[in-house]
Amino acid sequence: MPKVEIASESCKSCGYCVRFCPKEVLSVGERVNSKGYEYVVPRNIDACVACKMCAVMCPEAAIEIYK
Amino acid sequence: MARIFMKGCEAIAESAVRAGCRFFAGYPITPQNEIPEYLSRRMPEVGGVFVQGESEIASVSMVYGAASAGCRSMTSSSSPGIALKSEGVSYCASARVPMVYANISRGGPGVGSIQPAQMDYLQATKASGNGGFEMMVFAPASVQEAADMTYKAFDYADRDRNPVLILCDGVIGTLMEPVELPEMKTSEEVAAIKNSKKPWSCIGHGSDYATRAWIQPGQWSTVTQQQENEKAAALYESWRKNDARAEEYLTEDAEVVITAYGISARVSKTVVDILRARGKKIGLIRPITVHPFPVQSFERLDYSRVKAVLDVEMAIPALMAQDVEKAVGDRAPIHTCLCSGGNIMKKERVLAAAEKLFELVK
Amino acid sequence: MEKIYSRTKGLRADVVGGFCPGCMHSTVMKLIGEVLEEMNLFERAACVLGIGCCGLHMDYMSFDNITSPHGRACAVATGIKRSSPDSLVFTYQGDGDFAAIGLGESMSAANRGENISVIFVNNGIYGMTGGQMAPTTLMGMRASTAPAGRTAKEHGYPMHMCEILNQLTAPAYIERTSCNTPQNTLKTKKAIAKAFQNQLEGKGFSMVEIVTSCPTNWGMDALGALEYINEKMLAEFPLGVIRDAREG
Repeated sequence: MPKVEIASESCKSCGYCVRFCPKEVLSVGERVNSKGYEYVVPRNIDACVACKMCAVMCPEAAIEIYK
Repeated sequence: MARIFMKGCEAIAESAVRAGCRFFAGYPITPQNEIPEYLSRRMPEVGGVFVQGESEIASVSMVYGAASAGCRSMTSSSSPGIALKSEGVSYCASARVPMVYANISRGGPGVGSIQPAQMDYLQATKASGNGGFEMMVFAPASVQEAADMTYKAFDYADRDRNPVLILCDGVIGTLMEPVELPEMKTSEEVAAIKNSKKPWSCIGHGSDYATRAWIQPGQWSTVTQQQENEKAAALYESWRKNDARAEEYLTEDAEVVITAYGISARVSKTVVDILRARGKKIGLIRPITVHPFPVQSFERLDYSRVKAVLDVEMAIPALMAQDVEKAVGDRAPIHTCLCSGGNIMKKERVLAAAEKLFELVK
Repeated sequence: MEKIYSRTKGLRADVVGGFCPGCMHSTVMKLIGEVLEEMNLFERAACVLGIGCCGLHMDYMSFDNITSPHGRACAVATGIKRSSPDSLVFTYQGDGDFAAIGLGESMSAANRGENISVIFVNNGIYGMTGGQMAPTTLMGMRASTAPAGRTAKEHGYPMHMCEILNQLTAPAYIERTSCNTPQNTLKTKKAIAKAFQNQLEGKGFSMVEIVTSCPTNWGMDALGALEYINEKMLAEFPLGVIRDAREG
C-alpha cells in the first residue's frame, strides 16, 4: 500500500492536492499548524494508487510519496 | 617599455585589457565611443567578451552579471549615460560586486553639450546612485594617468569588492599623448584572479544553502541590511584614512594655492610655473582621488602663509568647491575660476584669476 | 518501500517558503529544482531572479542566485553566460519584470539569441506591490491601479510575449505552459528541461512562459484562481509550443 507523507508545517491548505487526487484520498484536516493553516491529511490511504498527482500539484513541495 | 602615441579613451581601454578585464559592455555616446570601439576589436584577441548593449542600463547590468561571475568587468559612458548606469552601479555597490567604469564627462545637465566639462563631480563623489553608497573615484590629468589609474582601479575594485569610477573629462578622453602602457597580465594571472573569486561568484556551487553563492543587492531583514550598511561605512572610512591621493605642487611656501583636478589641474599647473618664474609664491593641490577627497593635503598647508585658495573647475556652479570649503574651513578665503558648457579652461583665465588674488591679498 | 516522489534538493529542507497559499511561484521553483536535480546541474546552475515576488525565492532555494535590477535579468544573465559559458544560466522573471520595465532587455537578449533560458511567470498582475496592473492584465480585470478594470481605451491590450518574441529570428524555443492541472504542470517541467537542454547544446535563447495565478491579488482563494486560469487566462494566453527550432 502506498504511503503519502505530508509535511504538515509546510502545508498552506491551498487544496490543489485534494482537488486533483483522482481517488479522494486526501482532505483538509481539522488540526492547524503553527501558521494557522488546516493542513491536509491522507484520510483514505487505502484508495491511493501512488499516481503522485497531489505531489506534482503541491506548490510547497510538502508531499512525498512511497510505494 | 616603449612609449606609444594614443588617445585617452583607447589608453583606458587597452589598460583595462592589460589589467585582466575580460568583459566589457557599453552603449554609444560621445565622447567615449573610442572605448567600446577599441574593445570590440581587442577583446576577441585576448579571449574576452565585448557586448554592445541595447542601452546604458542593459550594459551596466551585463557588467553586474559578468562581475558577479568573477570576471574583471568594465563599462564606460558619458554624463547622461552615466546617470542611466546609476541603477546598476548601485546594485554592484550593494551586492559588493567589483567593477570599473569610466565617465568621459561632458557639459551640463540633461543631454548637455558633447564637449568636455567637469559637471559630474557631485554625482561622481556624492551620489552615483540610490542608497548612500560610496566609491573610489580617480581623476586622471593626462593620458598616462588615465592608463595607470584604470589599471589600478581593478585592483582597488577587487580589494574592496566595490565599484571604482574613473572620472575623466572629455579632454583627457580625446587627447592624444605618448603613453607607457602598464604590463599585460598573463592568461595565468587573469585566470588566478577569476579563480580567487570563485567562492562567491554566481556560477554554480551545488545545492547546499550554506555554501552556495548568493549575490544579494539588498536584504529582506532590516537587521542584516543595517549590518551591511555598517560594513560598507567602515570601508568608506578606511579610504579616507588610507587611500586619498593628491599631487601637492610647490605648496610649502605658497601664499595662493590653486586646487583643481583633471584637465583644469593641468592648465593650472602651467599657471603655477608661469607665476613662480615671476617670483610669486603659488602652489597647486591636485586631487588624484576626488573621492575620498584628499583633505590631508589641505591640512598640511601652512595657513600662516596661505592667503587665499583658488578653486579652478570646468563647472558652473562650482562643484568641487564644496569639498574644498569643507577641507579649508575658515582658515583661508576660497575664490573660484570657472568655465562650463563644454568650454575648456584657458590658461589666460586662470592666470588672470591668480594674479587678481595676489593683488587682493597684498 | 520505495520513495517515488521526494522534495527537491533545489529547495531548502525544512524551510517553508513565504509565498501565499496556492501561489504557483512555489510550484515553478519546485519544478526548476526537480529539473536541475534530474539533469545533475546544481553544480553549474546560476539563477537570475527578477524583482517582485520572484525575489522571495532567494532565501528558499538552495543554489546559486543573483537578484537583478528590476527588468534587467536578461542583461545580467547575458553577462554571466558570456563570461562563464560553462554555467547553466537562467532568469526567473514575472510579467512586470520581463514584459514591462524589462521589455528592452528581454527583447534584445532574445534578438541576440543569447544562450540563456528564461522562465517567465505570468500571473497577469503585480503581486508583491499589491495588485497593480501588469502588461498581461486581462481586459476588464480589476487592478489596484485600474480600479474599474483594464480598458482598451486607457490601457491597451494584454501583451503576448511568446507571440511577440516569435517575430524575432534568433530565439530557439518558445513555449507557453501552465500549472493549473497535473498534466500541465508536468508539461511545464518538461518545457523547463527542454529550455535547459537547449542551452547545454548551445542552441540559444529559450523561453518558457508559465501562466499562473495570484490568488491574493486576484481576490480569490487558490481553487477559485485555478478556475480563473482555466476560463479566462488560458483564453487570452493559449498554451503550446510557439517555436521550436528543432522542428523548424
